[in-house]
Amino acid sequence: MTTETTPEATGTAAPDAALLAIRDLHVTYATGEGGLPAVRGVDLTVARGQIVGVAGESGCGKSTLASTVLRLQPPSATVSGQVLFDGRDVLAMRWGELRAVRWAGASIVFQGALHSLNPVHRIGAQLAEPMHIHQPGLDEARVTERVAELLDQVGMAPERAKSYPHQLSGGQKQRVMIAMALACDPELVVADEPTTALDVMVQAQVLNVLSELVRGRGVGMMMISHDLSVLADLCDRITVMYAGRVIEEGPADQVFAAPLHPYSGALSAAFPRVGDPAARFAPAGLPGDPPDPRNLTEGCSFAPRCPRAAPVCLHDEPGLVAYDDRAAACVRIGEPDLEAR
Amino acid sequence: MTPEPSTGPSNGASKGHSAELSTSGLRVQFATRGGRVARALDGADLVLRAGEVVALVGESGSGKTTLARSLVGLTAPAAGEIRWEGKALERSGRGLKRLRRQVQLVLQDPSGALNPRHTVYESVAEGLRIHKLVSGSGRTEAELVAQALSSAGLRPPEALFLRYPHELSGGQRQRVLIAGALAVSPKLLIADEPVSSLDASIRGEILALLLKLREELGLGVLVVTHDLGLAWNIADRIAVMYLGRIVETGPTEEVLTSPQHPYTQALLSVIPEVERLEPVVLTGEIPDPTRIPPGCRFHPRCPALASGEASGVADACRGTALPILSGDPGGHRCSCHLVSSREVVSS
Repeated sequence: MTTETTPEATGTAAPDAALLAIRDLHVTYATGEGGLPAVRGVDLTVARGQIVGVAGESGCGKSTLASTVLRLQPPSATVSGQVLFDGRDVLAMRWGELRAVRWAGASIVFQGALHSLNPVHRIGAQLAEPMHIHQPGLDEARVTERVAELLDQVGMAPERAKSYPHQLSGGQKQRVMIAMALACDPELVVADEPTTALDVMVQAQVLNVLSELVRGRGVGMMMISHDLSVLADLCDRITVMYAGRVIEEGPADQVFAAPLHPYSGALSAAFPRVGDPAARFAPAGLPGDPPDPRNLTEGCSFAPRCPRAAPVCLHDEPGLVAYDDRAAACVRIGEPDLEAR
Repeated sequence: MTPEPSTGPSNGASKGHSAELSTSGLRVQFATRGGRVARALDGADLVLRAGEVVALVGESGSGKTTLARSLVGLTAPAAGEIRWEGKALERSGRGLKRLRRQVQLVLQDPSGALNPRHTVYESVAEGLRIHKLVSGSGRTEAELVAQALSSAGLRPPEALFLRYPHELSGGQRQRVLIAGALAVSPKLLIADEPVSSLDASIRGEILALLLKLREELGLGVLVVTHDLGLAWNIADRIAVMYLGRIVETGPTEEVLTSPQHPYTQALLSVIPEVERLEPVVLTGEIPDPTRIPPGCRFHPRCPALASGEASGVADACRGTALPILSGDPGGHRCSCHLVSSREVVSS
């Protein structure tokens, strides 16, 4: 994958060389009632060996962001900006080039993967499919061997290759989906809610598998979740999205433990720390519902639900402002804690 | 709707049998296609009273939903007993109807549980009509529906009367389901995963609503969940289930800050927020309920047995079945040979 990279990228094989760089990405869906802006100017960087979390609620644009990385967005979407994979813009690639990047360069584990396996094919055949497509020269014995390796990597017995999806539990199906994403040795894995709908114990097993892959093989990962606590546990950095924009970005532990933006604060408090006396009989919520991208208010999109909204928030949409190693988009940061409205 | 005088978190418990739902040795079995019998619920004792919030936690396949459903008579038990207000539950149509007037189930998945062709008003009024509660109340049906909606935090209620489920947000749908349950003024609410399909920021609002209903109406709530953080947020008591049995039960603070059962300890150690514990990731998944392991049902996955910590009681773990934990609401109990052996030694 290094053949076509720019000189400066090859020159710095340091961990900070960006594997994925999303620059000012906008994605708008065409609907019957006009444009629906799902992603509104997102910047995001993933380095090799790094896990970057994207947090947010339904409708915040995080899944659109994930699919756009591999140009898998629906045809009704208008996209602008850049998605640089190893320095090359995925959005501007010709079909052949894009096809090579998908699976072999970057792969995606979709949300609801429990239902995306083909029920009438054996697991082994489904794992072999991307290899047949992207590495046509590979002989059958090697493919079988590779399928066994992949199952082993995600902690499953190689005999499972003979199983059909209905013979597997939810956690096992999810592992198969991860194994499939690894089939062609990608450099980047995009995981959209890889543990949603899994039990805590199975979630812990799947997260262990993912983090070993990243740490062990230097793969870069973009992981999307609504659960900030899961991201804080696994990721190096977290990007928090609201209404299609990034409202906070920073080191994972800091974003979770000491969020700057009031919305990150609410997300963080929604998953209480067991044992924290402050959370006993005090579930933390936010009034109101997540915004409808079709009817975004003027000013800060979070202002209608924000406990600290000021009059200025209703008119001006704040941009991301850097604070040391972090950034957040809120005019109230740094102000003394004002009385909530 | 006749709200009871506000009862605090604890004093609702001192009313004897007045509003108490209990099970003893409850078993539910399902026949599988292969002819084997799945023991989905394999002996459970649980007591639920007005004015308290109890969390029933476990992974999928632990039997928690089966227990919740059998509490309102939706699943017929194979053995054991359900008692309501001190009397054994009659499994006749009338007996169940009487029970469901007092004990309401709120289903998980708010988008699937509401009839898409019914307006909010019709959904909430359904219970009032089934139980014929309007005529004796001295109020109109619309007033009762409005009251239930506003108790569930949907204000102004009239604005929602003619809305259909698809016009509502996830949080609003969950509130409509709760309003439907509240309309018949029950004493107990059984909520199966009330927030699992909701967004993070909505979750806290719904949990706060359950606590408010406990405070203001003296309602008892059984929350069925896989989420220990949720239990920490709102539950007075907690019961941890594994493969059809309750394996540990007690006050939430005690169970979650000093868990005794190796399964509870492992569950707590893997939730991302708990950093003070070394993660114990159990291998495999809950076994098939048609093949419950002999001895302690947790022993094939038990980290204490695997590490040798439980070597003194290993034979018992593998061969001696454990008794069903008492459902008595007081005290912290756990069903584990290792823990019992320590208690014998220390006393």
